[in-house]
Amino acid sequence: MSQHTFTVNGKQVTVDTDDKVRLLWVLRDLLGITGPKYGCGINVCKACTSHINGKAFNPCSVPVSAIGPDDEITTIEGIADPATGALHPMQEAWLEQDVAQCGYCQPGQIMAAIAKVKQARSEGREISDADFDEIRNICRCGTYSRIRDAVRTAAAKM
Amino acid sequence: MAHQRRSRRPGEQSPALERRRFLGYLLAAPTLAVAARLGGDLAAPAPASAAIPSLPGPADIIDLGDALTLAAAPTSGLIAIQLNRDGSVSFAVPRAEVGQGITTTIAMLIAEELDLPLSKVGVNLADARPELVFNQLTGGSNSVRSLFHPVRTAAAVARARLLVTAAEQWKVDPATLTMSEGVIRSRSGHTASYGSLAEAAASPRTEEVSATLKDPSEFTLIGRPTTRIDALDAVTGRKQFTLDLQVPNALPTMICRPPTINGTVRSVANLAEVTAMPGVTDVVTVSSGVAVRAATFGQCIDAVRALRVDWGPGTVDGETDASVEEKLRAATLPLAVPPVLTQSIDAEFVFAFASNSALETNCAIADVRPDGAEIWSGLKSPIVAQEQIAAMLGLPIPAVKVHVVTGGGSFGRKLFSDAALEAAEVSKAMGKPVKLMWHRADDSRHGRTHPMSISRIRANYALGNVVSYEQRHTSVTTDFGHGLGEILTAVAAKLPVGDVGFSQTVFLLSQSMPYNFGATTQLLNEVPLKFHTASMRNVYSPNVVCARELVIDQLAAKMGQDPLTFRRGFLKEDRFRAVLDKAAEVGEWGRELPDGMAQGIAFHWEYKSASAVLMEIDCRPETVNRKIRDAVAGPRVTRAVAVVDAGLPINPRGLEAQTIGCVNDGIALALTSSLHIDNGLPLEASWDNYFYTRQWNTPPELEVVVMPATTGEPGGAGELAVASSFAAAACAYGRAVGQMPTRFPINHGTLSFEPKPKVPPVPESPVDGLAYTF
Ligand code: FES
Ligand code: FES
Repeated sequence: MSQHTFTVNGKQVTVDTDDKVRLLWVLRDLLGITGPKYGCGINVCKACTSHINGKAFNPCSVPVSAIGPDDEITTIEGIADPATGALHPMQEAWLEQDVAQCGYCQPGQIMAAIAKVKQARSEGREISDADFDEIRNICRCGTYSRIRDAVRTAAAKM
Repeated sequence: MAHQRRSRRPGEQSPALERRRFLGYLLAAPTLAVAARLGGDLAAPAPASAAIPSLPGPADIIDLGDALTLAAAPTSGLIAIQLNRDGSVSFAVPRAEVGQGITTTIAMLIAEELDLPLSKVGVNLADARPELVFNQLTGGSNSVRSLFHPVRTAAAVARARLLVTAAEQWKVDPATLTMSEGVIRSRSGHTASYGSLAEAAASPRTEEVSATLKDPSEFTLIGRPTTRIDALDAVTGRKQFTLDLQVPNALPTMICRPPTINGTVRSVANLAEVTAMPGVTDVVTVSSGVAVRAATFGQCIDAVRALRVDWGPGTVDGETDASVEEKLRAATLPLAVPPVLTQSIDAEFVFAFASNSALETNCAIADVRPDGAEIWSGLKSPIVAQEQIAAMLGLPIPAVKVHVVTGGGSFGRKLFSDAALEAAEVSKAMGKPVKLMWHRADDSRHGRTHPMSISRIRANYALGNVVSYEQRHTSVTTDFGHGLGEILTAVAAKLPVGDVGFSQTVFLLSQSMPYNFGATTQLLNEVPLKFHTASMRNVYSPNVVCARELVIDQLAAKMGQDPLTFRRGFLKEDRFRAVLDKAAEVGEWGRELPDGMAQGIAFHWEYKSASAVLMEIDCRPETVNRKIRDAVAGPRVTRAVAVVDAGLPINPRGLEAQTIGCVNDGIALALTSSLHIDNGLPLEASWDNYFYTRQWNTPPELEVVVMPATTGEPGGAGELAVASSFAAAACAYGRAVGQMPTRFPINHGTLSFEPKPKVPPVPESPVDGLAYTF
């Protein structure tokens, strides 16, 4: 057991656990942050997708010891505007397109989509079908086409 | 019996002539509470016309949804709606919400009948209610069909009671009052919110009353595309699934499972060592393996991997894809009509095992104590779960509380309560509450599957007509042991389907023949192998219909007709043709496409709903051979148009969502997703092994057309378009490559991944996640 300190959704946290426990379980089982979902534990399904320092990653495949005191983790719970509580444009677009069915994959989908739009922008382009084809997040309810529509809607407002 | 009649609107016809009245109840309660009994009507048989009529099959007279509805009638309990002092209403729906949107649909029905804003209707999931018997089963696309009248009836009773109460207070005729947005108004300017009348309208005693429902011409909400009532929770991470619930001391728990299906534990070599691992609190042997409880699921995974277990044999240890296929072929029932004086098409299709695994793996929370137990899980048959758990624990049924939790998908998986039963067993063995989760690898390998099947078809044709159509479907036995078995079989015994077993009942009730193909027989035979099986979304229909529609394309070619024209000519009803025509029109049937690309069109009728799907597929090498890591690229469906006639679409937006899901399911079944059985276990252990449709497979262009109301009664719709989508993808593929595919999915012959080890049963979580950030 050792202590691990980092920031989650703007708040500093300290947990006492084994170095190798993957961050997903630290978030879910020890901190009670349940937005990131378990779907595989091997970096395949992407249901746990969250952000580290603004970039998408999968906490099921990162030991807590790899997270440092300066690292900022953001989960689906942390993307609304902290001051006003206003939803992120991606969340708004998800509502507008009524994307979610069971909803289990959707926190991960939204977190991946935000990062994907930013990635395209940083490469000087708008998100395209080719980018969508790179999103690995599985949706067993098959909401893919509405995800595409929602990301396009949100990208226009981001 | 008191008679409550709501105020009539100007120009309305006499309800006695035009309206059916429904029986409801006023319940004795502190605020207005109303109820209705679940149950329904039997629809008249569909007339057949044109070409050589096929006698209506059993599914034309009464389909599975009817049977479930009928079965429900005599024993059903009441479903109640409560008006609260704040003007909101509450209803606990006796169904599971697993993504299909039933809570939104039900809330719409209540809001419509009561003229209440949708936001004022709270719908949650009822705990197991044993008195509802099989009226608390979510399946067969039957939820809306069975709840449509009862829910509206209860709301109509409330509406009438509110009007009478306001009228008495204001000393006016109730017929002069109007209701909208949760407020009653009189001509002279009185207003009262529903909430302000909640106590005054309450009934001192429970009594039966009759109520008249709104006329469909007055609907303002039913039929309007509406966003799901849980959409905000879903996008903010607030939507809670079983594993998100915080039940005191229910620590993460997982099972170390055998390397073959139903293998058993002989002994554990290192129990003490694993019990001493970091975070681990308990390790016990249970019927399905060795259970481990720890502070985190991560530590459970490590402990499961560390266990050294001597495993006894399972129930299908020697079985592989090839051995199962051989057994099925040997068991196929003979075709009866010889091709005499006619021309004939004989075809055989093989459908691989497929997984109904949802994204949320099997999971449940159990807190078992000496005198009672409490269970939380996503359950579609909660009463059966309650009974089975009570029997297993030796407790009286009322001592077992079963909470139905919103599920992260179902696709048939949640008809069974495997995780709930297992969690109860583990909690009892450990004497502690547990939060049990299946690993993805377990969910794929030990979870229930839709088993392999073979469909053989002979169609005889002569002089421009199809004179006989025979289909012999042979499948590994599908487990329907989730409790409606006895009941449905009992009902089926009274139907004109003869003396058949339960699977045959489901088969016959779900397989109708929408085409006039002369003498038609469709039979099922099952081979009882002890795999873990269950229905999968749309049950038998995807395979049966895919085979049928492929043969139809062959027939059309042999008879020199275009696939669309041929189908149009043989479909039995105009309602079917309208759906097919719409798909052809929107999908631009017959448009020019490059070599290696083609269109396919297919039709399916079930649950009193019709669907037609048109797909365009790209089988050109540059598309098929796209390089995507750990994936099957393969042919791409580039465009899909799905048309659905669900009788009365209550929420077209929800219906569209369900249909989008069906399209992606159908594409997966046709092209990419299957389980490979190897020595008694599927090889697939990950979503990068079981190739359900991903973004790189999904059609970039997808359009769903919801037909306007055709019958005034909602048909089933959540599964409908899986069969038509599967068939459309298969037909398109066949036309693109110039050869009818006969084995599904088409890539099943190639193993497109490196199988994970069977021991230990679950893979280690990687540590290099930060190398993939973007
Ligand atoms: S749970 Fe993290 S990628 Fe699947
Ligand atoms: S909405 Fe159910 S898995 Fe995506």
